[in-house]
Amino acid sequence: MSRPLAGRESRAGWGFAAPALLLIGGFFFLPVVGGLLLSLTDFDLYAMGDPSAARVIGLANYARILHDPLFWKALGNTFYFVVVGGPLSVIASLAAALLVSGRRVRFPGLFRSIFFMPVVTTLVAVAIVWRYLYHPQYGLVNWALGALHLPAIDWLGDPHWAMPAIIVMTVWKNFGYNMLIFVAGLQSIPEELYEAASLDGAGAWARFVHVTLPGLAPTFLFVGVTTMLGQFQLFSEPYVMTQGGPLKATTTVVLLMYQEGFRWWRLGMAAAIAFVLFVIMLVGTLLQMRLQRGRNA
Amino acid sequence: MGREGEVVQELVKDFERENPGVHVIVQQIPWVAAHEKLLTSFVGGSTPDLSQLGNTWIPEFAALHALAPLDARMGVNGAPAESSYFRGIWETNVVDGQAYGVPWYVDTRVLFYRKDILKRAGWDSIPGTWDEWRRAMAAIKRVEGADKFALFLPTNENVPWIIFGMQAGSPMLADHGTRGAFAQPPFRRGMEFALSLFRDGLAPAVQGSQIANRYQEFERGLFSMYISGPWDVGEFSHRLSPAMAGKWFIAPLPGPDGPESGVSTAGGSSLVLFKRSAHPEEAWRLITFLSRPDQQIRFRALCGNLPARVEAWRDTSLTNDPFTRVFETQLRRTRPQPPVPEWEDIAQRIQDKAEAMVLGHARPDSTLAALDREADVLLEKRRWLLERDRKRAAAGATP
Repeated sequence: MSRPLAGRESRAGWGFAAPALLLIGGFFFLPVVGGLLLSLTDFDLYAMGDPSAARVIGLANYARILHDPLFWKALGNTFYFVVVGGPLSVIASLAAALLVSGRRVRFPGLFRSIFFMPVVTTLVAVAIVWRYLYHPQYGLVNWALGALHLPAIDWLGDPHWAMPAIIVMTVWKNFGYNMLIFVAGLQSIPEELYEAASLDGAGAWARFVHVTLPGLAPTFLFVGVTTMLGQFQLFSEPYVMTQGGPLKATTTVVLLMYQEGFRWWRLGMAAAIAFVLFVIMLVGTLLQMRLQRGRNA
Repeated sequence: MGREGEVVQELVKDFERENPGVHVIVQQIPWVAAHEKLLTSFVGGSTPDLSQLGNTWIPEFAALHALAPLDARMGVNGAPAESSYFRGIWETNVVDGQAYGVPWYVDTRVLFYRKDILKRAGWDSIPGTWDEWRRAMAAIKRVEGADKFALFLPTNENVPWIIFGMQAGSPMLADHGTRGAFAQPPFRRGMEFALSLFRDGLAPAVQGSQIANRYQEFERGLFSMYISGPWDVGEFSHRLSPAMAGKWFIAPLPGPDGPESGVSTAGGSSLVLFKRSAHPEEAWRLITFLSRPDQQIRFRALCGNLPARVEAWRDTSLTNDPFTRVFETQLRRTRPQPPVPEWEDIAQRIQDKAEAMVLGHARPDSTLAALDREADVLLEKRRWLLERDRKRAAAGATP
């Protein structure tokens, strides 16, 4: 290929990419840079009324966050959610995917649709229904506990149970999405591998451990990273169901950021929280990729 | 907002009849969404002409320069004057010496109590001083038993703590609302009085949510006193069994140095005019209309809210009601909370700290000092703004 052609080709390439790049630049990079600059100021309620009341304060917001017990509480809650809810969500998705991909399952399409339904249901509607389920006196969950002669639990009112209650709801709401990705991953594992394993005398469990799981490794990486990224940003569920209570037990980092920004209007502070969370998520992603690469090597 | 948003439609119809050519669009918003909605409308440049505003929000919207100053409008052309309002309530509308709101309806906290239990304990009425009040509570505890309490002070509410502080004479914030004054003797005194009630077993150390049904427990006598506002008069009447009729009443709050020091919160809603209003004169006419004593009485008949205009309180529908008479006494003894936008955040922290002290996790002196430090951090911006304005004024004065 001659050089001028390459130049023309690359110009054409840029031309084709330009619309997308402009959109990403305008709606992603600019706001991110704006947010970063905002996090270095004390932009707040006073500055909204009179812009000259905003000051550049360097890293003071970050220092304040790191000294704020509420931030650490929110971070702890978020990690609780990610560490408990993440694996639970992945296991539920994988189990559902195996169930609907089984060869003897009738109407697999129907079951996939049913399992996928919560994903496409409006979150607020779901949260309201679950609030009924969790109601301490009239809820279905406590009714079931009562039938088993177990004491009733104030699911959303007890600081120890509020986060588990939210985890169960989000796992139910979201497992359908990862299930579809696992189904696709399962279909990409060649049938011959299973046949060969069967011929070698491998049982169902051995086939699962030695064929299915290794075959799903890339899917696991994708599912793991996207689930983790999504879960670090937990906001709507506690916002709708508990407003961060009881006793801040469900205040997550994003909810804290929202409260700083849109309840107290300390937008500089809120932007700084966003960047702290960004760094944590970046580290989490790199760690997972390193882990997977180590296993594959 | 809330129920007011529904009933005000009725009043607005009459306003439109009296003012042909003016058409009012009423937008109802639920209370929980109101604050956010109004602030975002300010950012988006789409504020309404006028609005109802919880009076504790006024400092915040004044700091945004979102509200029109009203000093020049008060008391002229049929508009109500400052003297038409309870003093403490009026003061919630004033920020830095300028009025930004007109009180619409009011509320304050009083003491709900069991007449029968108090009588059994040997007291005919709620006494006026803290010392006697405590003696009455101790007598109730003696008569009712160790598993019962006298006063229910939910640890997850900030208002009672603020009330005790105000009663002991604390301004809560010092230096023009730029520093916490919680470690100073007055607030400490209020705090220690309240804490001693928990320590002596006169008040149960529980969160509001741990008492499943406060009406039921009030009826069972688990506690026989409770600090609350006018909305609970209706609730208590509906929710208590018929046998309880006549066995409970309300009283003005006792104070450290007698009835006059028994101050309470100055709550309620005001009507405000937005600076960016395209029809300020018409909007002001509506505010004047809604402030008229006859409309205030009608408003109360429609939704039960207590009127802000003192003239409206002379109506027989109010003077014949023993409950409203108690509220009237209490409304003359109200104090505004510090008029700074940061107050709600600080009030939240008062409650967090109070809860820790009640549960015995924290000692008063170190906790109140920590509260001051936190307040000082939150108020740093105010100190800087005041300092800047002072310098600017000085620079403007010299040449």
